[in-house]
Amino acid sequence: MTATTAEDSREGRKRRVRGTGAVRHPDRKGRSPIFDAPTPHGLFFRYLALIIVLLISIGPMLWELSTSLKSKAEDVYTQNIQLLPHHPTLGNYGEVQNTIPVWHFALNSLTVAVINVTGNVIGATLAGYVLARLKFKGRKLLLGVFVATLILPAEVTIISKFQMITSMGLGNSILGVCLPDMIAMTNVLLMRNAFMALPREVEEAAIIDGANVLQRMRYVGLPSVKGVLSVISIFAFIGAWDDFLWPLLVLQSPDKLTLTVGLSYLNGQWSHDPRTIAAGTMMALLPILALFLILQRYFFRGVAQGAIKG
Amino acid sequence: MRSHRFYTPWLLMLPALVWLALFSVWPAINTITLSFTNVHQLTGGHYIGFKNYWLLWHDPHIRDAVLNTIVFMVICVPLLTFLPLLLALLVQRNIRGIAFFRTAFYFPVIASAVTVALIWKWMLDDRGLFNNLLQTMGFVHKTVPFLTDRWLLLLSAIALTVWKGLGYYMLLYMSALGSVRRDLHEAAAVDGAGTVRRFWSITVPGVRGTMILISVLIAVNAMRVFSELYILGGATGGVGGQDVSIVMLVQQAASGSDGRLGYASAISVFLFFLTAIPLLFLTRLNKNNQEES
Repeated sequence: MTATTAEDSREGRKRRVRGTGAVRHPDRKGRSPIFDAPTPHGLFFRYLALIIVLLISIGPMLWELSTSLKSKAEDVYTQNIQLLPHHPTLGNYGEVQNTIPVWHFALNSLTVAVINVTGNVIGATLAGYVLARLKFKGRKLLLGVFVATLILPAEVTIISKFQMITSMGLGNSILGVCLPDMIAMTNVLLMRNAFMALPREVEEAAIIDGANVLQRMRYVGLPSVKGVLSVISIFAFIGAWDDFLWPLLVLQSPDKLTLTVGLSYLNGQWSHDPRTIAAGTMMALLPILALFLILQRYFFRGVAQGAIKG
Repeated sequence: MRSHRFYTPWLLMLPALVWLALFSVWPAINTITLSFTNVHQLTGGHYIGFKNYWLLWHDPHIRDAVLNTIVFMVICVPLLTFLPLLLALLVQRNIRGIAFFRTAFYFPVIASAVTVALIWKWMLDDRGLFNNLLQTMGFVHKTVPFLTDRWLLLLSAIALTVWKGLGYYMLLYMSALGSVRRDLHEAAAVDGAGTVRRFWSITVPGVRGTMILISVLIAVNAMRVFSELYILGGATGGVGGQDVSIVMLVQQAASGSDGRLGYASAISVFLFFLTAIPLLFLTRLNKNNQEES
């Protein structure tokens, strides 16, 4: 106990000497080198904790991946747990294709996702810009209505939307799945907040230069909201790809299902082999994770700019 | 100086306005109207007064669902309020490789509830990873019925929800942590306050607002749970049919060749009032905070 205290203070003194002056002049990010300098064993425990959390968060996915690669000859139920497949095979992925039209489902999911991204990017940008930058009668009231819709969870109105889609003759169709979420009110408000941050003067200069509304939005507004726009696109894509309850209600015929609904039927109804189900799960999981990995830089940057869904 | 014609704003907002009216405002009104009818998917229906609500009050499945929702909330709210904060502190410092860890911690959020529920279902299987691990390590001698026992299934769904939510709320905390004053931390450290003490006296008060908002979000999301229970326990809610959520009952009532849209709407209205409770609590708290300062 005494030894550690002595050592701590000695080390503290050493560091204090090394960084004289830095306490009063923190660097650009407001951090002082002394307080933030990692000690070697502090760093060790930090990485240890990070690795434990890493195992918890992606361990289950890796286990599923391993199961999907195990051959029929391998006992997946054994108490003698095999982390890695003995003879890795893609056979289970072929089995999924033979059981369900998985590529067709994936194409359906992709269609829904692309339509949702396009709709949200266009619809939310236009409305967000107007609500943030243009003055007109009824703006405050309209904004209030947009905000009020946020307290309505999507599940509450899902029956009414279902009835509407069916009465429009769009039941059991991909268009029926896309339609309600093509412009989400949250995204309109997120875009509005993003456009609000733009300084008034810049826009006034553009008005004097004779730029019309669309030109101002395109050349003055858009460049400064790219971060938020990319977060909205990523969320819209993931939201559509992952959605389950709504397509489960709307779609009935087996050739029109999206990937999540198809998977829920694969599990138990069309297959009992955990290897096949694991392979199907991976076919839904890997594309979306890959896409996120490619775009994660824009995502975290956009989030830092204040694009967080509440 | 006029910057635009009077109709320009309305023209540009037209798509969003159509969607606002068709898919937000109208469904909200129509849900209430439907809840007072016995409308079926194919056969239509008419006004029946409060009969749906009377049915709802006496529906044993609704009681199960409400009880499950309460258990969900009681466990999820504290766990998902504090664990993600610790996680955010862990990834806050820019050390080597931290971007990789942040991204990986966010993976469960990106994955659909259906895929992660299938992954967990395989791990929780009678002969799956968890049972095999527990048995080889000698903790249990019999199979643990994670997916067939009424309460174990609910707890499994809760564990899955917590696991999937960690990254999401971590991200919300990460931006809030940026505003916690570092000089306070330094001053406290100089005065000899340890990490735990500084966590409770500086970090927690610093992110108090975010923390309240997050716990309200968790409570509302616990009421909206669907896919996790639907996949883990099956469409009818486990072996005894007791592991249902409110949204599962909405879906059950409305699906089938002649879905009971009227009754499903009554459950939806009930769900809305439940989710309004934490939101009201939040606005009350915000008002009090403003009066204090």
